[in-house]
Amino acid sequence: MKKRFYTLWENLIRASGFCSTLLVLSISFYLFREAYGLFRNSGVESGYSIFVHQSNPIQEFEPDTLRKIFNKDVRRWSEIGGIDERIEIFSLSDLEKKFKEEALGPDLQFVPEKVWEYSENKPAIIGYFPSKLLDSRHKTVAVRQIEFSDLVFGDSWFPASSPIASFGAASILLGSLWVSFGAILFAMPMGLVVAIYLAEIANPRMREISLHFIELLAGIPSVVFGFFGLVLVVPLLKDIFNLDQGESALAGSIILGIISLPTIISITQDAFLTIPKDIKASSLSLGATELQTIFFVLIPYAKSAIFAAMILGIGRAFGETMAVLMVTGNAAIIPESFFQPVRTITATIASELGEAPNGGIHYEALFVLGTILFVFTFLLNLIANFFVGKKS
Amino acid sequence: MKESRVQKQKLITQKIAFGIFAAISFSVLFLSVLVVGFILVHGIMKLSPEFLFSKPEEGMMKGGILPAIVGTLLLVIGSSLVAFPIGILSGIYMNEYASKNYIHSTIQMMTNNLAGIPSIVYGLFGLALFVNSFGFGMSLISGCLTLGILVLPLVIRTTEEALKSIDDSFRWTSYSLGATKFETVFGVILPMAFPSILTSLLLSIGRIAGETAPIIFTVAAYYLPEISFSLSAQVMALPYHLYVMSTSGIDLNASREIAFGTALVLMILVLLLNLGLRLVKKFFQKRNS
Repeated sequence: MKKRFYTLWENLIRASGFCSTLLVLSISFYLFREAYGLFRNSGVESGYSIFVHQSNPIQEFEPDTLRKIFNKDVRRWSEIGGIDERIEIFSLSDLEKKFKEEALGPDLQFVPEKVWEYSENKPAIIGYFPSKLLDSRHKTVAVRQIEFSDLVFGDSWFPASSPIASFGAASILLGSLWVSFGAILFAMPMGLVVAIYLAEIANPRMREISLHFIELLAGIPSVVFGFFGLVLVVPLLKDIFNLDQGESALAGSIILGIISLPTIISITQDAFLTIPKDIKASSLSLGATELQTIFFVLIPYAKSAIFAAMILGIGRAFGETMAVLMVTGNAAIIPESFFQPVRTITATIASELGEAPNGGIHYEALFVLGTILFVFTFLLNLIANFFVGKKS
Repeated sequence: MKESRVQKQKLITQKIAFGIFAAISFSVLFLSVLVVGFILVHGIMKLSPEFLFSKPEEGMMKGGILPAIVGTLLLVIGSSLVAFPIGILSGIYMNEYASKNYIHSTIQMMTNNLAGIPSIVYGLFGLALFVNSFGFGMSLISGCLTLGILVLPLVIRTTEEALKSIDDSFRWTSYSLGATKFETVFGVILPMAFPSILTSLLLSIGRIAGETAPIIFTVAAYYLPEISFSLSAQVMALPYHLYVMSTSGIDLNASREIAFGTALVLMILVLLLNLGLRLVKKFFQKRNS
């Protein structure tokens, strides 16, 4: 009886050993599953169709072209290789203007007929209607499905626009990269210096006190950092650099730098502490000063761990949500300077997912962004794990 | 003569360099004091029994933050119940049962990677699995499961570390007295590692209490003055409340004040956990020595 109880427990322990592996697998599965649908979609609202006149030679629309037509950036068919006539857009709201309510029938049953009547003799027409209000006489044109490259290289992010939504996330991906590299640019040297100071220079008492402060910094929730940035850093930047708006990539980088400091410091410091004492001793005995020893012996010795710390710091900054959401201004434009507002992957997901209907195309697009984030940080972690375990 | 001058110069350079190192280090230490002090100074005025123990009124512009405090406590308790048993067992498996081969290193890699996944991705996962697939909707249970998964790698790793620090001689002694593996692990090793495991649990609780991104889509309510203990209901939470109050308000000054108060309460909660953690460590260190 007792033995059976032990075996039961031990099996339970064995099973739970695999929970993290199982979780990583199921997280990847669910992210991909929810994201996948975007690439079987064209961006046209589901249930709607695009039609043109019979004589129009076009076979398939590029999503981008269609967006330009409806935004009136393209005004003539000749601009996209058609007849030299002005494009006439025809949609449900036009129908209500052009025909009386009675003419459309109480259940809209006469709509297909009326749409046909109106568009029959207009070679320059392009129509956007619910598919069920069109019939076989209309020449409906398919729109090319969204591809991964549209998402990565496209620069217009209008996930909820009608008739065609566009999911060009280049500005968002770049925003994340800018902010996290900006953060690491000042957090890495600072973190390295602090780690060297703590491991090599400070006396034990000082070291212990300092570590308490760094633990404190590591324990502060990111939303508190975001709030701190919003009320102190943002107005400060606005005044110092005379900006219209203090919410900028720079503000994000500063806050993210502070957030990733404890990660960088603790990993780098551990690396310095595990360097065998005789290496330092031999350098000193050869007449090198402590400073020379640090720069020419200890740092080269710990370089792979320092590199790992940098990678993990970038990963930490890249995946941070609340702080950037609150201080970067969230404008989806391709960043050109650190003084401009930017929008990151994480901030986009956090601010838009609430408005995106479950399972819809916008929801799927945000899951694609989440998947990109997941894969990117996963790779960074793999690289860092490889380097942190590597001995010079 | 000449050599000693060179040596002297080198030492002066070193002194200056070390001075700069110390200055930068102190500025980083000062940063943590600045963040904590800034929020303390601005938030302390707001802190009153009324603020802590009453419900929000007039669209959150008046009254207190009791529902948010209760919500955060519920989330902490719930996700601890999810993460601790599995996490501790998993840590025991990794240190005591798994043979140190490729399975062990694979699991270790997966745990490390799990720890590095951004919290918003956990939010997406929680939304896809618990809220939508399982049909729990936005509810306390979805939030607890999501946050539980989020701290799981932390619990696993710290438990493993705690067990690793127990010297192998205790295991051999226990075996030599005829104890089984199970008896050794649960009767000898676990009680010895208990203080370190306890501190790791406090650390995880601090992490849970401050997380915002994973709860936005799984549980957090914008405004819900009624306190409910139902697993299927949404709750307010301190970090989300802080986010809401600091970014969307009609009267910016009034909502800022509340935001400062909320930030302070959240920070005190996390700092108290930190302090508790240190006290637990000290207490057991004293008892053991």
